[in-house]
Amino acid sequence: MSEKQVSDGAAGAGISVKAMEIVVALILLVIGSMVVYDSARLGYRWVGDGPEAGYFPFYIGMFICISSVVTLGQAVFGKKKTGIFVEWAQLKLVASVLLPAGLFVLGIQMIGIYVAAAAYIAVFMIWLGKYNWIKGVLLGLAVSGSMFMMFEVWFKVPLFKGEFNPLGFLGY
Amino acid sequence: MEEINALFHGFSVALTPFNLLLMFVGVTLGVLIGVLPGLGGANGIAILLPLTFSMEPTSAVIMLSCIYWGALFGGAITSILFNIPGEPWSVATTFDGYPMAQQGHAGEALTTAFTSSFVGAFFAVIMITFLAPLVAKFALQFGPPEFFAVFFLTFCSFIGMGKEPPFKIIAAMMLGFALAAVGIDTVTGQLRLIFGWHELMRGFDFLIAVIGLFGIGEILLSMEEGLSFSGRTAKIDPKIVLATWKKLPKYWVTSLRSCVIGCWMGITPGGATPASFMSYGIAKRMSPDGQKFGSGVQEGVVAPETAAHAAGTAALLPMISLGIPGSPTAAVLLGGLLIWGLQPGPLLFVEQKDFVWGLIASMYLGNIAGLIIVLTCVPLFAAILRVPFSIIAPVIIVICAVGAYTVHNAMLDIWFMLLFGVAGYAFKKLAYPLAPLVLALVLGDQAESAFRQAMLISQGDVRIFFSNGLVGSIMGLGLLMLFWPLLVKALAKLKEKAA
Repeated sequence: MSEKQVSDGAAGAGISVKAMEIVVALILLVIGSMVVYDSARLGYRWVGDGPEAGYFPFYIGMFICISSVVTLGQAVFGKKKTGIFVEWAQLKLVASVLLPAGLFVLGIQMIGIYVAAAAYIAVFMIWLGKYNWIKGVLLGLAVSGSMFMMFEVWFKVPLFKGEFNPLGFLGY
Repeated sequence: MEEINALFHGFSVALTPFNLLLMFVGVTLGVLIGVLPGLGGANGIAILLPLTFSMEPTSAVIMLSCIYWGALFGGAITSILFNIPGEPWSVATTFDGYPMAQQGHAGEALTTAFTSSFVGAFFAVIMITFLAPLVAKFALQFGPPEFFAVFFLTFCSFIGMGKEPPFKIIAAMMLGFALAAVGIDTVTGQLRLIFGWHELMRGFDFLIAVIGLFGIGEILLSMEEGLSFSGRTAKIDPKIVLATWKKLPKYWVTSLRSCVIGCWMGITPGGATPASFMSYGIAKRMSPDGQKFGSGVQEGVVAPETAAHAAGTAALLPMISLGIPGSPTAAVLLGGLLIWGLQPGPLLFVEQKDFVWGLIASMYLGNIAGLIIVLTCVPLFAAILRVPFSIIAPVIIVICAVGAYTVHNAMLDIWFMLLFGVAGYAFKKLAYPLAPLVLALVLGDQAESAFRQAMLISQGDVRIFFSNGLVGSIMGLGLLMLFWPLLVKALAKLKEKAA
């Protein structure tokens, strides 16, 4: 998000709806153009034996472009007063869930679902929930342990153990 | 009375002790999912889908559809006790349900909501029993142009009936179609829209989209509103239930009207949410106590709950008879059918009689099981809502990640889930609807191949979609739905001029 607009509404400052509308419409426009571009590469015409591979997606991409341009126009030139998309304080709360979630997924990639989940739940509880660390660690281990039993042992559905596979010694 | 015989056969399929157990497990899980923020019918079923792969299809679909019934019931608990709609279709229930709870009539409000839900669902199931085989028989004559016309109608009604700005609905829907096109083209075998990234060859699975958009997106949204839930306590004892049941019959007109609205909105994929609002609005206008709506009247709970459940249930009709789901949750169930090797659609009624009628019979039984469970276990479910969010949030995100991984055993999908979560958060706040996106993602390939086959038949002539009465009238209905808001506006203007 490069074009954050700060507006000082009565409800506190934050990203305005208008800015967010513009950003989302632009992203959709880019996606739409990518679809059109790749469909054109594949061929979007009618050839001897029927439609080419890009025939259908080409028009889909066009529709995305058209509708996002209209939404963009409405956002830029619209007279309607829009409010705040998200206040900074709220955004901080959202980020406090989203960023750890991102780290959690990175953790899954490295050390696998079970270890990452236990750590994530424990850290989240201790850091954001202000629980004492014994409770956090115990609950994290409990959730992760019951998941392990359910997936690996009972249902025999193996989950991702990570590139370093710290649980390799268990033999699953 | 062929249907009645078939239905009884269905009961004999569904009524094994194991299936009954699954029903109760399913409903309990469903209510739990409906109560917890970030888990709803659609993504809850998506996450639990892999666990049913080893089951027999009939048992699996019974459990999954019972999760769905449970989730429908569960939404009402949070709306009434906490003023937090657990599901979008229970927003209208908060209008009168929460005031009732505030005045100390929580038990009464909950009983009303559950009973109305049950009535709505039951009405819709009866309709499915008799209408679905007919629709399926009729649809056996469909060729590619007719199927494309039905897809066209489905998507047009989203645009015409949606509350969101039409261009946003189109954008969301087309994004779904574009995501569906990613990967190998089923006709030519060419790779599309992967931009050299070969892991994308698999395409985007809609289950990942559902888990991200609805699950992670919802968690981010609830995070914004702060973490405190403050709710009313509720006790339901048999006395309250009986007293409430005595009062309910006098609202039979509202109830019947809501059933009809719900069924209609569920079959044409308007969905449960608009059905509940519409039903509430009409009840408010028609009721003699219209002005009191919003201050905690029973009728204001009856109307939206009945319609929401009728719609939620009716959404399964096009799913089993045509293979076209009417709601995201129905789409997830459809995904399950495909994974178990069953092709939903008109042939299902011919080739998989046991399965179809077992499913329909389980709808009756599942709703009865649901009513029993919610009436007896409300305090338990309400207690779950008092678990602090800082415990619930990470656990749900972990569950979502596991669910996303198990779909294809692909690590990349967990990243996509996160991405869809952020998109879902932004889309929800900017009024881009998620349901058409998900349905387009599910139906994209089928819609495209129906379109291409039809065009092949006609050698590229678009007029094939109006070539006979059947396909022409479905397309015409689709166009009518598409331009419905404009027509209504034009008519209103004409009236103004005349007056």
